[in-house]
Amino acid sequence: MTTLLLALLIMVALALLLGAVLGFASVRFRVDGDPLVEKIDAILPQTQCGQCGHPGCHPYAEAIADGSDDINKCPPGGEDGIRKLAELLGVEFKPFAADAPQPKPKAVALIDEATCIGCTLCIQACPVDAILGSAKMMHTIIADECTGCELCIAPCPVDCIRMIPQGTDLTNWKWRYPTIPIKALKTAPESRA
Amino acid sequence: MSRLYDFHGGIHPPENKQQSSATPIRQLPLPPLLHIALGQSVGNAALPCVQPGQRVLKGQCIAEADGRLSSAVHAPTSGNIIAIGEHAFAHPSGLPAATITLQPDGLEQWQPRQNLPHWRDASGSELRDFLQQMGIVGLGGAVFPTHLKLAARELQTLVVNGAECEPYISCDDRLMQERAADIVAGIGIAAHALRAGEVLIGIEDNKPQAIAAMQAACHGTPFRVVAIPTKYPSGSAKQLIRVLTGKEIPHGVRATELGVQCLNVGTLYAIARAVLHGEPLLSRIVTLTGAVADAANVEALIGTPLDWLLAQAGHTTAAEVIMGGPMMGFTVPDLAAGLSKAGNCLIVKSPAEFPPRPAAMPCIRCGECATACPMELQPMDLFWFAKARNFGKAQEWHLFDCIECGACSYVCPSQIPLVDYYRFAKSEIWAAERDKKAADLARRRHDFRQFRIEREKSEKAERLAARAAEQAAKLAASQAATTTVSSAQDDPKKAIIAAAMARAAEQQESKPLPDSHTQALDDAKQAAIKAAMERAAARKAAAQQSSDDSSNAAANPAGSTGIDNAKQAAIQAAMERAAARKAAAQQSSDDSGNNAAANPVSATGIDDTKQAAIQAAMERAAARKAAAQQSNDASGNNAAANPVSATGIDDAKQAAIKAAMERAAARKAAAQQDQQDPT
Amino acid sequence: MTLHATHIAKPATVSAVMLKVLAAMLPGIALSVHFNGIGVLVQLLLASVTALLAEAAMLRLRGVPVTPFLKDLSAIVTAWLLALAMPPLGAWWLIVVATLFAIVVAKQLYGGLGNNPFNPAMVGFAVAIISFPAQMAAWGSPLAPLDAAAQLQWIFSHTLPAGSALDAVSSATPLDLLKTGLLQGGRDVSQLLAGDRFGQLGNAGGEWIALGWLAGGLWLWQQKLIPWQTPLATLAGVVAMSGALWLAAPAHYASPLFHLFNGATLLAAMFIVTDPVSGSTTPRGRLIFGGLVGVLTVLIRVFGGFPDAVAFAVLIMNIAVPFIDQYTQPTVFGHKGGRRA
Ligand code: SF4
Ligand code: SF4
Ligand code: SF4
Ligand code: SF4
Repeated sequence: MTTLLLALLIMVALALLLGAVLGFASVRFRVDGDPLVEKIDAILPQTQCGQCGHPGCHPYAEAIADGSDDINKCPPGGEDGIRKLAELLGVEFKPFAADAPQPKPKAVALIDEATCIGCTLCIQACPVDAILGSAKMMHTIIADECTGCELCIAPCPVDCIRMIPQGTDLTNWKWRYPTIPIKALKTAPESRA
Repeated sequence: MSRLYDFHGGIHPPENKQQSSATPIRQLPLPPLLHIALGQSVGNAALPCVQPGQRVLKGQCIAEADGRLSSAVHAPTSGNIIAIGEHAFAHPSGLPAATITLQPDGLEQWQPRQNLPHWRDASGSELRDFLQQMGIVGLGGAVFPTHLKLAARELQTLVVNGAECEPYISCDDRLMQERAADIVAGIGIAAHALRAGEVLIGIEDNKPQAIAAMQAACHGTPFRVVAIPTKYPSGSAKQLIRVLTGKEIPHGVRATELGVQCLNVGTLYAIARAVLHGEPLLSRIVTLTGAVADAANVEALIGTPLDWLLAQAGHTTAAEVIMGGPMMGFTVPDLAAGLSKAGNCLIVKSPAEFPPRPAAMPCIRCGECATACPMELQPMDLFWFAKARNFGKAQEWHLFDCIECGACSYVCPSQIPLVDYYRFAKSEIWAAERDKKAADLARRRHDFRQFRIEREKSEKAERLAARAAEQAAKLAASQAATTTVSSAQDDPKKAIIAAAMARAAEQQESKPLPDSHTQALDDAKQAAIKAAMERAAARKAAAQQSSDDSSNAAANPAGSTGIDNAKQAAIQAAMERAAARKAAAQQSSDDSGNNAAANPVSATGIDDTKQAAIQAAMERAAARKAAAQQSNDASGNNAAANPVSATGIDDAKQAAIKAAMERAAARKAAAQQDQQDPT
Repeated sequence: MTLHATHIAKPATVSAVMLKVLAAMLPGIALSVHFNGIGVLVQLLLASVTALLAEAAMLRLRGVPVTPFLKDLSAIVTAWLLALAMPPLGAWWLIVVATLFAIVVAKQLYGGLGNNPFNPAMVGFAVAIISFPAQMAAWGSPLAPLDAAAQLQWIFSHTLPAGSALDAVSSATPLDLLKTGLLQGGRDVSQLLAGDRFGQLGNAGGEWIALGWLAGGLWLWQQKLIPWQTPLATLAGVVAMSGALWLAAPAHYASPLFHLFNGATLLAAMFIVTDPVSGSTTPRGRLIFGGLVGVLTVLIRVFGGFPDAVAFAVLIMNIAVPFIDQYTQPTVFGHKGGRRA
């Protein structure tokens, strides 16, 4: 009987102690703000194109964080981006919906300066202020700041903005993933020999 | 003193140098064409300063250095420039690069050579500028602009790299045997420029003749020739410095910080030729070896097409060709490319000498690679992380300390192409860094834009409130009433009202403009002229401002300077408005506690790219302006004064434009304010 | 176009490495056959055949090309190590089961060559000794070995020809003898070790076999196939731990020499802890790994319930390898003595 009581007492004491530790930890190590949104936002490509159905990347990050939207809505982020989001959130990878906009290679906008009438509409559309110019002046796009969101194309009354795909050149060329080692050659002739 | 140090690891691959090292350096006839790539060094490609069709003399500069990290390029012989454009380039990517194509005329006509006879008294920067103009870059294969390497002062040790540790290559060996005197002269110049305390010339002991020749040439100088044990990669700068001085240069630290600098013998030879004889870097010694009929070292002009070059060594087959050594070189994708300053060796692959690498087996963690690694890395771990694309971990495990020497790939019993994985991982990490930078920039700019829009909204609300107040004041209908109102308000409100009043005045002023502007101008003409003028004006403004103050330029491309009269009136009005608003802005920016943020452009500071964009726009504008002004005179100022109404853009758009103008003006005000009291 | 960064390679292959390891085992095997009889060869054969079949079957199931991976000989190395650690007179199914477990579970299910965190041979051995302790005692007696026919009969049919005592099959090893002797009490170690089963160095016959392993190991080291750190540290660990106990209470604990030449100490030090896949790869890590294997071996032998402890010591240390490697990364070139020299 006494041993039973003793055991019970010990368990209770232990539970209290651990509870206190946990409680202390949650107070002591509380994180302020909502780091999840920021973490998601850090993964999103910041193209700010609105293709995800939100007015920019941060709102989409908020929507993902509170669970009101899926992780496969951002075409500029590509499948890699979805994979990273899936990893961060501990959910399954999800491919892009078949009818959704598909990722395409990065491009930057270019204004045909001879045609531009200086209406400033593109400036208002540009989510990152990458367009220079003011009323009735020729406008120009800072290629390095253009995210390729294509939002400036539709508003232009004279259709003088084009997207120039960013090809590979010597500055951004990448080494390929080395030839896949023999292990993964599932269809290698030997495997069926 | 002559203590040598060892470095960890290293390998002893078959040397295969005797094929090419036995015969003297051969001179070649002039090739039919020269393809001289503009990017001949690490850093920015040179900017061409010749035109197609132009005749150039041997040694004439055909492309100038673009910035500090760049080096000039010269015509290797006299002839005609027949093209400037993309051409095959000796780079593993196989991507073409900007190239000047020169057709030699066979005359070998030199331009007057200008040497630097007083180099002993020349200041450091004079010598460095001279070398940059002479196109001297590191000829060991890394093509780092040499002038930057001579920037140090009071150097402890100058290490001269004659190790030439890679198999097959023997160009430095022959150079040292045949032209030791010039090399030593070059050493003298470099040692003088660097104020080097001692000079150690490291040569692997498998080159006894080169050692003897250099020793003879160094006789009577304080420079010491040191025979070092043959072990790959002792010719890597870090390893050679370690062997000769015992110092280890960590990744990301310049050797000069530790009082050492390392220069290749070929580079020193080029320095001597330039400084003493006024010869820019026009040619280099190349080892042609492998499956060629007569392997040899040749002196080839920069730009010599590689296929032509190999044909001189009796090579005709279509085998793959390695540029550089078999350990660190790369397979040349297109032999039409011209020889670059980096091209120290061309090896024609034969299946006998270069059997295809067997399929890789899994890593068995045997540790051979770690034993061989001269950087004391754990290559199998790096491989594991790179393969799993765990780049963060790879960096933690010092991926960027890897010098890609290939010792690990060489010894791996599983035949894993380890360096391939490291290159892959490195370029992925660089790409990710670029993307991240771009994303961060975009995020900052987007966030600022959100902030700006918010601010404009609240300003508008304030303005409306002020206008209402004003109307109330008008109703009261007397000055007395007005003063009552204004005294009733606190300072910011006063400012707002003042602003509103100013705006009202301005609006009355500017209203007649559209009306006065109904005169019938030929539509097409009008549009064209207008467009041209605006562009010109915008650019001119931007230009002037950017020359005055670059941070202001982008903030206010439509600056008040140099804009024709009609426009000036409009802008004046806007400025008045802005000046008034500035007071309000000051308050609000005080509130937000961040004056800088009030102006996107000045806040982020104008970075190079932006400046470049503006510069480009300026240049284009300068040309067009002249034309614009002429047509401008003819058609009269009014046409330009109000393009919007002239082209008859509908009301909505006009409103939008108006809004944009106001915004611009506001920004200008903010910019001005920034300038006055920068935070 | 080949895009490999390095265009030449040493003509080294995994098969060549494994072949040399197998060759290095030969002196020990020869001595073992000499002392223990034909049973050793039977075990080796059974293990090899089982290992190859199991490996081939698993490779096919995993959809991986079979030939290159069979040719790498790693399965044979595992089989041999296992067979040499097992009792020479163990029943045929015992070695088959152990080998199957080693290859199928410990190696292939973890991803095959290069991916197994545990030494497969030791996993097979541990499974066998935990599951079939009685059968694992079939060491025979090197002093009075059964003849070949009798050994074969015993291995395959678990019967003995008339006139042979069961004792000839499951005669106690010196380790067993010492343990039971000490447990019974009454006699101290030196008295116990006076029996002829213990020979000069504590294991009649066995000491020669152990020297055979040592010779093979030295050759491998000379061939640069195994580092010096792991074997030396293992032996040092054994000597240090047993030496400490022995010095403290010589009446209760056997001398370091006894531990060195008994059980699988030298086989393990030369061939098992040096298995690169499941061992540590950093120089300092190898010292730690080997040393702790040695210490644990002695501790488990002396205080644990199993006759030999090498397998358990190795497996325990296998778990610790990632941790050891992480904290024993060698200092990279140029990073010695802080960030800047
Ligand atoms: S779809 Fe466009 S706006 Fe949405 S998260 Fe992706 S980049 Fe940002
Ligand atoms: S929307 Fe088109 S016309 Fe208007 S300013 Fe932009 S580029 Fe010029
Ligand atoms: S040499 Fe090859 S197999 Fe051995 S550890 Fe290094 S990568 Fe692995
Ligand atoms: S390539 Fe890199 S990891 Fe491999 S041996 Fe050379 S430095 Fe070490």
